[in-house]
Amino acid sequence: MIPLLKRIFRTGILTEPPVERSGEMAPIDRLHDEIIAILGRALTIREVDAGSCNGCELEIHALNNAYYNIEGRGIKFVASPRHADMLLVTGPVTKNMENALRIAYDCTPDPKLVVAVGDCGCNGGIFGDSYASCGAVDNVVAVDIRVPGCPPTPLALLHGILSAVKRA
Amino acid sequence: MLFHAEPIEFTAQEGVGAPVWRGRAVDGEDLSRFAVSVHRHDGRLAALWGEDLRRQGGGYRLHCIFALEEGHTWVCLDLPADDPVCPDLAGIFPAANRMQRATRDMVGIAFAGGDQRPWLRHGAWPEDWYPLRHDTPAPPEGIGFANLPSDYQFVQVGGEGAHEIPVGPIHAGIIEPGHFRFTVVGERVLRLEQRLGYQHKGVEKRFIGMTLAEGSRLVGRICGDSTCAYAWAYAVAAETACAVEPSGRALGLRALMLERERIANHLGDLGALGNDAAFAFGLTQFMRLKEDWLRLNARIFGHRFMMDGIVPGGVAADIDALALAEIGAQCNVLVAEVKALRAIYDEHPGLQDRFLTTGIIDADLARELSLSGIAARATGLLLDGRAWRSDYEPPVPYAGLGVRPASDDRGDVAARVAVRFDEVFESLRLIRAIAGTLPSGPVRIDVPPTPGAEGLGVVEGWRGEVIVGLRLDGEGRIARAHPHDPSWQIWPALEHAVLKDIVPDFPLINKSFNLSYSGADL
Repeated sequence: MIPLLKRIFRTGILTEPPVERSGEMAPIDRLHDEIIAILGRALTIREVDAGSCNGCELEIHALNNAYYNIEGRGIKFVASPRHADMLLVTGPVTKNMENALRIAYDCTPDPKLVVAVGDCGCNGGIFGDSYASCGAVDNVVAVDIRVPGCPPTPLALLHGILSAVKRA
Repeated sequence: MLFHAEPIEFTAQEGVGAPVWRGRAVDGEDLSRFAVSVHRHDGRLAALWGEDLRRQGGGYRLHCIFALEEGHTWVCLDLPADDPVCPDLAGIFPAANRMQRATRDMVGIAFAGGDQRPWLRHGAWPEDWYPLRHDTPAPPEGIGFANLPSDYQFVQVGGEGAHEIPVGPIHAGIIEPGHFRFTVVGERVLRLEQRLGYQHKGVEKRFIGMTLAEGSRLVGRICGDSTCAYAWAYAVAAETACAVEPSGRALGLRALMLERERIANHLGDLGALGNDAAFAFGLTQFMRLKEDWLRLNARIFGHRFMMDGIVPGGVAADIDALALAEIGAQCNVLVAEVKALRAIYDEHPGLQDRFLTTGIIDADLARELSLSGIAARATGLLLDGRAWRSDYEPPVPYAGLGVRPASDDRGDVAARVAVRFDEVFESLRLIRAIAGTLPSGPVRIDVPPTPGAEGLGVVEGWRGEVIVGLRLDGEGRIARAHPHDPSWQIWPALEHAVLKDIVPDFPLINKSFNLSYSGADL
């Protein structure tokens, strides 16, 4: 137990400070302040992988690490679409996932937000539309914000999530 | 040359990749006999796919890759255009089951006997519409095929108190989709049956007609966590097909990237394994280390996962001495950090209680199911394409690095955790060794496509063996590319691993393998 506590103490707080007004985090912090005013610090997200290569998922995972600390900003990933304010969808939407995505969308209570993630989620990416792929997320469900990138960086994702809330 | 005194004559594939021999079976019986012989000598079925060669004046062709002690044998079997039927290999190698069903769904090659349920085809296209046949008509203009719900025949388990828990395709976490059907009595798992294919996005059809460069971009996006392994295997296939040998510097840089990819994934999974056993400290610590690691990737290779860093002919960009020094310094930091965390993991009673004796597979089962990678090494099998074996010479640059394969014969989650820790340390050693001995030279040479040429690349990715088979058409574009993920073989092992355990242990067992859906669904 003592080595464990020592390690926690030595690691310290890594979260890149939300109050810092310079660098690439600055616009995100401003957005975040506005979001807090709107939502009172709570946003829940259901992530749906509708056909990605798992690259986008790696970066969405990174949002939860100590540096980006998305939960510290009041944004939380939940297990059920029924508990979610937002669907964060990666693509391309495969034909074999088309139905499951529609069900998840229908299960998400209104008013809901949909963020399409990655080049594939935004426009089908390198996989495009085919016998097996519906392509972009908005070919299947209505999309509010698109976050391009292959995969988008955690900062781009954070920016996209906050922009979607602000727009709503 | 011959293997195991079987009548198939093999010739060696030229080039700098892992050793591959090509041979041709005269008929189905010939192929079955060779498969039985491979099985008897503890070999593995490494990959299986089909191809439509009617436009070239032939019929269909079945490709089988068997892994032997010496390396990989690539055995082809030509089938008639009017009635392409193969013998069922799943009776010899159970791993053939899903690959055969996928081959039937995609190319329309039938297998005489065995499981006839569809695999990649759910309900989105008709049964007699084969995506990889050259004369398959395009889907109906504009509207496409009706996407029908499919009624998959899961194996039913009866008996008092037995009930089913269906999970997925959308899972509770931030992970890829797939369906797991548990049959349980109380909490105990009686049976698990997987149904995958939800990530099928038509990758193999997409390859057709691409240039080598376009194909390289696509192959790096089949399985995002293994982009370097796929790109390298594809590059080897392209380079052997076109008789091009990349420089020693390029090969060293590829290995540097592949080992960085291995470490990134192990760090992430070691953290997630702690988290799945309610030890959030582990996730926090390992994810910060992984983030530092990825940020250096972004600075040096221009991409956090090094996508498109490995290309046919070499690597996309050179790195300078300063960057190499930075990489070395980061390795030194990580060694100390991971050592400290390993001590904490090893001494944590709650964590060890969850890890030990959970999700066991033994070496016999690993052999039977043709496993490769961490899953095989955590049963005590010394299978690692980067390491020397008595009759096997690893490819450059690994041949000169003396890779020590990690191994642990307990076969449980704890063994897979131990193998990952050992591999982090070994890869850190390799990175420093590569960085210290990187020869000078060009990092990229031209790969002029040779019309009609074929090649096979095999790379030991972080999860296991990644294979890419490639054939070019008369204009030097891709006629057929088949990428193979080690998850094909390891997914069925997961069905066995959960059998003695309870449902709440499933996420932990699953994470200890962390298999790819997209890589196997294509």
